[in-house]
Amino acid sequence: MMPDLGKYAFAVLASYGVSLGLLVVLVGLSIARARKVRAELAKIEKRIKSNG
Amino acid sequence: MSIWEYANPVKFIRTTDIVLPWISAAAVLCLVTGLVWGFFFTPDDYRQGSTVKIFYIHVPAAMMAINAWAMMLVASLVWIIRRHHVSALAARAAAPVGATFTVIALATGALWGQPMWGTWWAWDPRLTSFLVLFLFYLGYMALWSAIENDDTAADLTSILCLVGSVFAILSRYAVLFWNQGLHQGASLSLDAEENVSDVYWYPALVCIAGFVLLFVALVFLRTQTEIRARRSRALLARERRA
Repeated sequence: MMPDLGKYAFAVLASYGVSLGLLVVLVGLSIARARKVRAELAKIEKRIKSNG
Repeated sequence: MSIWEYANPVKFIRTTDIVLPWISAAAVLCLVTGLVWGFFFTPDDYRQGSTVKIFYIHVPAAMMAINAWAMMLVASLVWIIRRHHVSALAARAAAPVGATFTVIALATGALWGQPMWGTWWAWDPRLTSFLVLFLFYLGYMALWSAIENDDTAADLTSILCLVGSVFAILSRYAVLFWNQGLHQGASLSLDAEENVSDVYWYPALVCIAGFVLLFVALVFLRTQTEIRARRSRALLARERRA
């Protein structure tokens, strides 16, 4: 049940929206880069191993 | 057992791999609990109305914006004194997280300030020092990206971090140094008389714990990434030389 935010609804909802949006983007980008870098390193290590 | 064991990248990755899921889960639990509690189950303030709900995001984000820089300062000092690569990479990993917290503090401050002060922005000491802190974050990240040699980048960004610490301290204590600004004094205090009422304090405490845990989880994850990226660069360089 949504609380009655009265005349400050925009300020409150925008604060939560902007903040949670930024946090989701930050977490998403961090996880995506972690996966990409981990896969790249695994590829390089595999190539070096196979080349002796 | 010594803390310097974790200066070994392999040991750092192995240990953080074990604790990361637990810290991440605790961060999500605290953030969801604190924000839901604060947003849905706390009363409006008699002066600020429902805008008091912004408190649960604004205060933890502002605290962590400053504390992230403090952590970067410690890591930079460790790099300068002991030359541990993991500490330099941890400082690098923390910068985007701290910058995001600074943006959140600035944005929610503006959204809160407009209905309360009648303006989105004022050149108030705390607001201005926070903006300068954000610019330092941007400069710090840009400097890391601009220099190809990792050790040189770590040296220069560590110096920048030391200089920027002045503004991190100013951001924290500006309301005590100058009292002509719009920004109120500290909302949270160990003195029960000065601290906010318990009805706001407890959910805020859970939110602060959530932001701290999220910061730790992200720094661990991003430091692992920086370590792996550095190893990839080293292997590629070795391969080119061979």
